[in-house]
Amino acid sequence: MQRFSSPKHFFEMSAKLIPWFAVSALLLGVYGFYMGLFVAPTDYQQGESYRIIFVHVPAAWMSLFIYVVMAISAAIGLIWQIRLADTIAAASAPIGAWFTFLALVTGSLWGKPMWGTYWVWDARLTSELILLFLYFGYMALQSAIEDQRTADKASGLLAIVGVVNIPIIHYSVEWWNTLHQGATVAKFDKPSMHIDMLIPLLVLAVAAKLFYATMVLVRARNEVLYRDRNRRWVRELIEKL
Amino acid sequence: MNKRSKRKLLVVMVVFGVAVATVLSLTALQENLQYFYSPTEVKAGEAPDSREFRIGGLVVAGSVERATEGLLVSFDLTDNAKIITVEYSGILPDLFREGQGIIALGAMNGSGTFVANEVLAKHDENYMPPEVAAALKAAEHK
Repeated sequence: MQRFSSPKHFFEMSAKLIPWFAVSALLLGVYGFYMGLFVAPTDYQQGESYRIIFVHVPAAWMSLFIYVVMAISAAIGLIWQIRLADTIAAASAPIGAWFTFLALVTGSLWGKPMWGTYWVWDARLTSELILLFLYFGYMALQSAIEDQRTADKASGLLAIVGVVNIPIIHYSVEWWNTLHQGATVAKFDKPSMHIDMLIPLLVLAVAAKLFYATMVLVRARNEVLYRDRNRRWVRELIEKL
Repeated sequence: MNKRSKRKLLVVMVVFGVAVATVLSLTALQENLQYFYSPTEVKAGEAPDSREFRIGGLVVAGSVERATEGLLVSFDLTDNAKIITVEYSGILPDLFREGQGIIALGAMNGSGTFVANEVLAKHDENYMPPEVAAALKAAEHK
């Protein structure tokens, strides 16, 4: 465990993993978008406009997924004091924030033609917006506090506390009357989606996860170097260049 | 208790405390978090009568009446239990049609009609090709 979580070991391992994640994300992404945008049938109700689902839903799933990864990493960092876990959490936040932003923007663009409005303050949309602010809060704490350990503690605690928002986002469409419709795929029931539409959606969801894996490793590598800039292994690395 | 389990306990307690606080405040805010009321709730007097509120339901088939001139339209809204008539003057969203779920913002007038100044369409969570939808509908009518 000690060796596995050492920044130096991570730096070497991640270099080998990144190409695999990147290439598979690209291949699945291209296949998924091709199937979703050109091959999947039109929708009986929404016509061609529904195709924005292939961006909106993977982005929304990622916004929740990355937050959970970030919170778990922060908890591991806080409890077991593993510096690498804090690094992963810090590297995840901007990626999660971008996915949240993407989900909100595509949802808004979808809402106008279908619902008749860009934005409403219903429970689903509002709780997703709060998620974006949680990411912003985490990033703000990270950069506002000079001492790295204090920054990790404060922002990590915020990330952990914010986890209560995750089930609220997911169940908001069941607990309250919302303009946003209920879950299509993420429920204990048969997905309410035709199989030819569902497969590209799931492929893109996996592609998004691989994309995140790639990006978080790239970002965490930079973060590790920055955090350990005064340690010997980084200095040796620089001297070798 | 060593330091590590103390920290673990702290994290668990913080999450638990915040979760309880959130549940309590959401329960207290229950009414404000409802985006709309159903016709049954409106008939039961649960909707506010002094201010605007939203009503949501399905447009009853065959109930849509358009004025010969102007944009005035009236239709019945149901939750498959109670029916409320809605009047609206304006442009309806593309998805508005009979049988469609919609949400209207407005207030009740004295005579039991809901006067809307905004109508939004709500779509369901089902996605399928038109042929499948037609086949399902045909099967339903058999």
